[in-house]
Amino acid sequence: MTEEIKQASKDREWAGRAKKWIARGRQQGGTLLNRALREIGEALQGAKELRIRELFNKESGAEHPFWVIVSKEISDHVKSWRFIILLCLIALTCLGSLYSALTGIGDAVKPNSPEGAFFFLKLFTVSDGTLPSYVVFVSFLGPLLGIGLGFDAVNSEYNKGTLSRIMSQPIHRDYLINAKFTAALVVVSVLFFALAFLVMGIGMISIGVPPTLEEFMRTLVFILVSIVYVAFWLNLSILFSVRFRQPATSALSAIAIWVFFSVFYGMIVNVVARITQPAVYAGTGKIIAHQKFILFLQDLSPSQLFSDATLTLLMPSVRSLGPLTQAQVVGAIPSPLPLGQSLLLVWPQLTGLVAATVICFALSYVYFMRKEIRSR
Amino acid sequence: MNQPIIELEGLTKKYGSFTAVDQLSLRISPGEIFGLLGPNGAGKSTTILMMIGLTEPSAGRVRVCGIDSTHNPAAVKRQVGYLPEDVGFYQELTGMENLVYTARLNGMSREAAQVQAAQVLGKVGLAEHGHKKTATYSRGMRQRLGLADVLIKSPRVIILDEPTLGLDPEGVRELLNLIVKLSRDEGLTVLLSSHHLHQVQQICDRVGIFVGGKLIAEGDIQKLSSQLFSGEPFIVEARVMERDGTTGQLKTRLEQLDGVKAVHGENGRLEISCSADLTSEIARTILQSGLDLLGLQRKEYGLDDIYHRYFEGGKDKLQGGRKK
Repeated sequence: MTEEIKQASKDREWAGRAKKWIARGRQQGGTLLNRALREIGEALQGAKELRIRELFNKESGAEHPFWVIVSKEISDHVKSWRFIILLCLIALTCLGSLYSALTGIGDAVKPNSPEGAFFFLKLFTVSDGTLPSYVVFVSFLGPLLGIGLGFDAVNSEYNKGTLSRIMSQPIHRDYLINAKFTAALVVVSVLFFALAFLVMGIGMISIGVPPTLEEFMRTLVFILVSIVYVAFWLNLSILFSVRFRQPATSALSAIAIWVFFSVFYGMIVNVVARITQPAVYAGTGKIIAHQKFILFLQDLSPSQLFSDATLTLLMPSVRSLGPLTQAQVVGAIPSPLPLGQSLLLVWPQLTGLVAATVICFALSYVYFMRKEIRSR
Repeated sequence: MNQPIIELEGLTKKYGSFTAVDQLSLRISPGEIFGLLGPNGAGKSTTILMMIGLTEPSAGRVRVCGIDSTHNPAAVKRQVGYLPEDVGFYQELTGMENLVYTARLNGMSREAAQVQAAQVLGKVGLAEHGHKKTATYSRGMRQRLGLADVLIKSPRVIILDEPTLGLDPEGVRELLNLIVKLSRDEGLTVLLSSHHLHQVQQICDRVGIFVGGKLIAEGDIQKLSSQLFSGEPFIVEARVMERDGTTGQLKTRLEQLDGVKAVHGENGRLEISCSADLTSEIARTILQSGLDLLGLQRKEYGLDDIYHRYFEGGKDKLQGGRKK
């Protein structure tokens, strides 16, 4: 207990004592002593109570309720077994991919490659074939992290019977869901920044090459994109947690969508591509139109958007994500794109990811605001 | 009567075609302990939710502490403590931490919250258990922690939804005494809902009987019983030694008495409703007819009878459409 708390309890004691004096003064009345006692008691009580109230309402000490919820949620996440397990999983795969990148990086760079200048970024994309690269791991485990942090956000509060109790406090209803999202996002951000910087640090020590400013900026953007990607899955699972009463149902639904997009969606697109494929002698326009249609189908998957965006950001030599005609390629100098151009190239992907995230959040927000909160 | 602290006017809540609360009007004055009494599904919880602005009424107005709960729920919730039915806590936190969290949501600093939490824990008699995780709490302790959770914001009104549900008789007694004590000490207005008649009877200044979304009657218990049983204010129960056929004769003789309205019953147990207290006349008639009188008692109406009477009346309505 701090000094102030002791002081407040002392103040409270005095206020109680003052109350008794007043009562005694009133009951016995008359004598000068009693009257004086009463007067002193009243003055003392007033002063002490004011001080107690001041201490309570001290603006500086009291945090905004929103941040109170956020900090509680963060501490809940960090202390939970679920998060610790996810953290171990991700940290291990991250170190594994780093190891595989370090052993493979020597072969990855050819002497005259245009990407020679971006040696450092190879840490994230290269592997020696034994383990997938860091980017692949993030695109695979990121959704799991997002789902893990969000699938029971609202329904577990409901099942524990705490939701109606929290909702009966003087806070706005959206604080809870906003705070849950913010807290998980903070946790994810800290985790991803830490991991990426860890990879960079270990990489720097072992390959002995520091990143250039451009490489550093690209890494930062890459981290931000991965956070947005995880935020999408986080919001999707929050949406399910508002929609479904049982945490198991919401977790399974989110995982089903994740598996669908990461495993089956590609196959389905392939099947569609084969069925709709134009004849070998079809005109260029028809072939391009078909290509565009397939690309459009692929881009409906958030994991495709993410891998397009990250590969472009981490491989500056990527110049286009769509089909290029011979005429467009003729005369092009095989040099890497600057960061601004790479960003421009993946702007649609980034917008798509952010939009999907926002849509999921908006849906869960609306759903939560309209939900009637009863006790369990 | 002074300014009411809770004021409901024509409050209505509909779920689709089902009317959960129907044209409810109610006024509760400061310092009162009001019992909202009704069977499960009568709309008590819905009414309470509307009072603290957790759900919007379809029609009508709610004012608590002079503030409109529908439009300004946060301001109402600052002054009203609500203990939900079957309250839950964060099990991985201690009782104290749970309270501190609530207090901080109410805008207290962490330090102030700790002082306040320790104080209310003492008030509800959980001072030694504050440092234990709430997962280890018994049902009674959880309910008391719930009360502490309500008190920590220093409310003017506390609303308790089925506070005694699932407690053993001793736990119920302790909790109710605590509620009465707190209400008297701090001048709190208490609104509690229950379907347990006897508990409400013990502590409430006034009760309202709520069936099928309608407030059928309100007032103190005497007033309610006189309101309801005004048609038949006296019921005398008589037990006689049964000899074959004699009860039938006795019934007709009793019915002929001046002031007797109806005689029901068989097998030596008779229920005689009359317009005045005819106990002695009935006794005389029974003795004169040569039967052995085993017992004679004037029936007093408790909340139980009032409740049953209303409940019977409301049953067909309830069957009409229960949600879920």
